[in-house]
Amino acid sequence: MSYVQAFKIAIRGILSNKMRSFLTTLGIVIGVVAVIVLVSLGQGSTQRVTSQIQGMGSNLIMVTITGRGNESYLNYDQAMNLNDPNYIAAISPIISTSVIAKYDNNTVTGTSVNGVNGDYQSIRDIQVARGRFITPLDDEFRNKVAVIGSNISKDLFGYTNPVGKSIKLNGQNFIVVGVLESKGSSITGSDDDSIFIPIKTMFYFANNKNIRQIYIEALNPDTVELAKNSINIKLMKIFKGDSTAFRIIDQSQILSTISSVTRTLSLLLGGIAGISLLVGGIGIMNIMLVSVTERTREIGIRKALGAKKKDILLQFIIESLTLSSLGGLLGIIFGYAMSVIIGSAMDINAQPSTATMLLSFSFSLGVGLFFGVYPANKAANLNPIEALRYE
Amino acid sequence: MEESLIEIHNLTKIYKMGENEVRALDGINLNIKKGEFVSIIGQSGSGKTTLMNIIGCLDIKTSGDYFINGIDTSKLTDNQLAELRSREIGFIFQNFNLLQKMTSLENVELPMIYLGMSAKERRKRAEMLLEMVGLKERMNHRPNELSGGQQQRVAIARALANNPHLILADEPTGNLDSKSGSDVLNVIKELNKNGNTIILITHDSNIAEQAKRIIRIKDGRILEDEVIEL
Repeated sequence: MSYVQAFKIAIRGILSNKMRSFLTTLGIVIGVVAVIVLVSLGQGSTQRVTSQIQGMGSNLIMVTITGRGNESYLNYDQAMNLNDPNYIAAISPIISTSVIAKYDNNTVTGTSVNGVNGDYQSIRDIQVARGRFITPLDDEFRNKVAVIGSNISKDLFGYTNPVGKSIKLNGQNFIVVGVLESKGSSITGSDDDSIFIPIKTMFYFANNKNIRQIYIEALNPDTVELAKNSINIKLMKIFKGDSTAFRIIDQSQILSTISSVTRTLSLLLGGIAGISLLVGGIGIMNIMLVSVTERTREIGIRKALGAKKKDILLQFIIESLTLSSLGGLLGIIFGYAMSVIIGSAMDINAQPSTATMLLSFSFSLGVGLFFGVYPANKAANLNPIEALRYE
Repeated sequence: MEESLIEIHNLTKIYKMGENEVRALDGINLNIKKGEFVSIIGQSGSGKTTLMNIIGCLDIKTSGDYFINGIDTSKLTDNQLAELRSREIGFIFQNFNLLQKMTSLENVELPMIYLGMSAKERRKRAEMLLEMVGLKERMNHRPNELSGGQQQRVAIARALANNPHLILADEPTGNLDSKSGSDVLNVIKELNKNGNTIILITHDSNIAEQAKRIIRIKDGRILEDEVIEL
């Protein structure tokens, strides 16, 4: 018997019980949709987090001083001494404080003000929309200038150009010299709501010269490790061999930590979805077993008329494969639509990859085959005399 | 006409029912030539159904020899037996055994599917066979839209589908009223006139007497084997 013929017979079997076939297929559809949506959302959020971390600036190294006894900070010279022109391209300590910013009658409270030097722009890959960023001269002369984030600009100035205007930070006058480009929110906090001033201006503005955080940019990806080594040696000297007094982490470490978390999460989500596909498969097996019992007599007749074991086996396997592949196809369509819709609602790119769709489809086929073989085999091995006698 | 179609030597069939052995067939010797019309008559429990199942290659003997058309059935696998059934044997059952979800035409085509005939050929032959049993206008009807007599005639057309040497009819008139029963018997007689070998299994001596040779079976043995002279 040809496969086309076997396929026709199987389709008839499916169509002869439409409601039951629909419900069985639904189990697979739900399973495939769950796999596609959850995996795609997982991948989409991983992608977003990764790009956010990469957006922090390339070849970034962050040094955080946690301290040892009374020495819980570096001074400016110590911090700048970490520089090593062989490996390091840029270095900027940062001191942050929170202020009330005012212009005319507009006020923004609780805004963070960061004291940084001119290098900070290149380290964090900051784009200036208007005016300029802080320069080494601003730092040297302790100029009272400020570069403001896009949200601050909007809150204080509306849509007018703030460059050259004077704002009050905790009552002190600062000239706005630049406005940052809007970057959107990120897991590391957004610069859109920040104000930057020269670090040396910060020293007396906040009355604080204690540096606890330093941002460093390595020359290139190959010198990141070398730069970390050199920084480590210098800090070990300063903190007398206490490696717990400071932390040096680079971007790739953050990336690998985060991505291992997201990968585990994706796997977990995919696994849960996979279970629902498995349950769908058991649904197929269940219905196929019922179908074999119901059609015992039909099988007996077919066998008496010359159907071989193989013919009966094929008929039932094709039936379960058709159910599962139909479920797989519908699942891909609904899963794709749902991923895109949920993804846009969550503001991530959750368009399912071809690999995800192919994988979940072949998984649904595999489920159909696996759970179809047992009932089909049962049918093929029926004794024709007993099957013909079955009422 | 003189060539043997069925040769059975010393055939036994033993069913094990727990501790007990039931000898359903106990030393059957039978030779049926091509073109014969034989009825096997016996009461229920006589072993006639078991004999029919074995002749129809649906069941396997315990011992003895069974040749059909010169083929030794004891050497065949399940698949080869299935193939033998589709080529050599056409079944007619008491309860018709048509597939309810298929039309008459599709039911008649079914044995040809398993022999691998092309769709076009199948359809042509099925139409021809249905015309022969007088049901051409009913070929797109399903069994539940046909009377018992009509259903049995569809089943006869199906039995002829692969042009088998042997037609095995098991109580073909058992579920029919006397009018349609005699119609069906007439069709079967007609088949025999056209050269088909027919084995008719029944418990009814009136029906058995329609054949040219009557074999009485009791307790798994052949009691009497008489040829009716016309």
